[in-house]
Amino acid sequence: MKAIAGLIALALLWSTVSAKAEDAPPPPGCEVPANLLTTESTLKKVAEAVKTEGRLDIMVIGSRSATVVAADGTGFPGRMEAALRDKLPTIKVSVNLQLQIKKTAADVSGSLAQILDGKQPTLVIWQTGTVDAMRAVDPDDFRTAVDEGVAALQKHGADVVLMNLQYGPRMETMITTAPYLDVMRVVAQQYEVPLFDRFSIMHHWNETGQFDLFNNSRGIELAKRVHDCLGRALATFVIDAAHIKPAELRTQQ
Amino acid sequence: MTSVTDQPAGGLPESAAEDRAPPPSPPARKAPDPVSGPAPGERELRLDLFRGLALWLIFVDHLPPNLFTWLTIRNYGFSDATEIFIFISGYTAAFVYGRAMTDRGFVVASARILKRVWQIYVAHVFLFTIFLAEISYVATSFENPLYTEEMGILDFLKQPDVTIVQALLLKFRPVNMDVLPLYIVLMLFLPLILWLMQRKPDLTLGLSVVIYAITWEFDLNLPAYPNGVWFFNPFAWQLLFVFGAWCALGGAKRMAPLLSSRILLGICIAYLLAAFFVTLTWHMPRLGHFVPRIIEQWMYPINKTDLDVLRFMHFLALAAVAVRFLPSNWPGLRSRWLKPAILCGQHSLEIFCLGVFLAFAGHFVLAEVAGGALIHVVVSLSGIVIMSAAAAVFSWYKRVAAKGGKDAKSAEANADLAGGGS
Repeated sequence: MKAIAGLIALALLWSTVSAKAEDAPPPPGCEVPANLLTTESTLKKVAEAVKTEGRLDIMVIGSRSATVVAADGTGFPGRMEAALRDKLPTIKVSVNLQLQIKKTAADVSGSLAQILDGKQPTLVIWQTGTVDAMRAVDPDDFRTAVDEGVAALQKHGADVVLMNLQYGPRMETMITTAPYLDVMRVVAQQYEVPLFDRFSIMHHWNETGQFDLFNNSRGIELAKRVHDCLGRALATFVIDAAHIKPAELRTQQ
Repeated sequence: MTSVTDQPAGGLPESAAEDRAPPPSPPARKAPDPVSGPAPGERELRLDLFRGLALWLIFVDHLPPNLFTWLTIRNYGFSDATEIFIFISGYTAAFVYGRAMTDRGFVVASARILKRVWQIYVAHVFLFTIFLAEISYVATSFENPLYTEEMGILDFLKQPDVTIVQALLLKFRPVNMDVLPLYIVLMLFLPLILWLMQRKPDLTLGLSVVIYAITWEFDLNLPAYPNGVWFFNPFAWQLLFVFGAWCALGGAKRMAPLLSSRILLGICIAYLLAAFFVTLTWHMPRLGHFVPRIIEQWMYPINKTDLDVLRFMHFLALAAVAVRFLPSNWPGLRSRWLKPAILCGQHSLEIFCLGVFLAFAGHFVLAEVAGGALIHVVVSLSGIVIMSAAAAVFSWYKRVAAKGGKDAKSAEANADLAGGGS
């Protein structure tokens, strides 16, 4: 039953997504409904840097869930870099991952000066919320921290994308995620910053059966595939939010 | 669980009586008007109904989001089932123990309340044990590297000594186990609230508002373990409980003229619609642009921990509209379709605990046996059916035990002799 429902959902999705797909289609199982990848906020600095300088420097600030095993290329930051290079072959893309393991949003927010020291990324993707949710940090404090962090990043001259928590079906009895998801949505709206809704996307994948996130296996295959898809989705999200048309870029060159 | 489920038959009708909705508070009333309670001597079935529905909604909200989640009121406004549950608990507790306090005096009534507190505490510890078992199972069997970070939450299992003591102190409360500790603290203060409420009701309500305001001003809360604060801040949520008590002890009657006013009804409906629209923007962010920025900044975040004023107002508006459109003599209250909800509302503590347990079990089934939308719906539905069936059994047992009132009493005495009893 689950498989049939998944297949039907896949087929439906495929019919909506495939019309949009431009270059190489993503591997099966990576589909994300369009409404989860649209944002009203624009990445102006990214658009500008891509158009005028032909380069895109991205910094990912993330916690442990930004990696699969360690800081190798298999986590979503590395996969996004590969996807961006693929989609924007004429642009010099670089992705720098700043792992802040076991740090709350407040910790990260307080050490941004250090993290950014000497670097001038065009775009900072800030993945946060997991540590705060696990430690049940007061949502008000979490909001203040994300607020200050986003403001500081913008002041530093970077475009910002917020990325929220992972969805994990087994985690629901253990971690209360809702207040942290809410806060991130609100802050994103307030600062007109695109929010990459990792939680809803993974939830969607689990619901439609594209990924079995209940999976018990200790192998890293599933994690690698999920991160690959997240990286692709993130690349699409960034390109769309910056209103970059890969085809136009190519003709310009 | 014994001391909780056995309680209706335990020869202590007064403690069991808390779960029964009281008859209407005004003793003499000409005819039941739409706003106030039913004719004297009848049970206020509306309280039972709404508490039963609240228990169902809490159960559904505790399950992973699914189709049924869309039916719960938190998707249509600011407040959710917790507000209903706490308000009605305050109302019924004040009614039942208020009468006990008038009849038997402060000390006896307080003793009964403390006994009830003990039962709730035991229920909480029981649920914690089940939670621990489930979590330990997950910790030993689940090692998906995708969730390495999130599994860090299970680090507390490495020091069971600290964790269990903190749980007994109500400081360590896992997901979905926040309501009972709140209820315990509120009930602990009930003797004091009642004593004052019977003398100076408006002053008591006023004090409650002052504590609420101070809580917001100075960020008061109780500490939690390993860090953070109580998810339901008792200093803030007491407002609903005390307001419920105030309504039970005559406030509802005094508010009746206000509640029949068309202007108030209009305001309430307008507010509910506005809240509905704002909630809609959460699910459809595109609509968010219709909410003016100033309002957004003033409104967010809508704080559940400290019972945001917007949530409280939303509950009041809901209650006012419900009271207005659902008169206590509404024949539907006797219909067999609403019977399950009413029965659940009449055994709230047992059904609440069962609901938390079923939510754990539901998570477990969905995780270990099968997932998917269909199974989700099946789990939600069977949970509600089990809750209703259990409530029916409790009612039946209570009726049987009440018939043989004397037998039950002597059985209780025998149990005491044998070192058992409640």
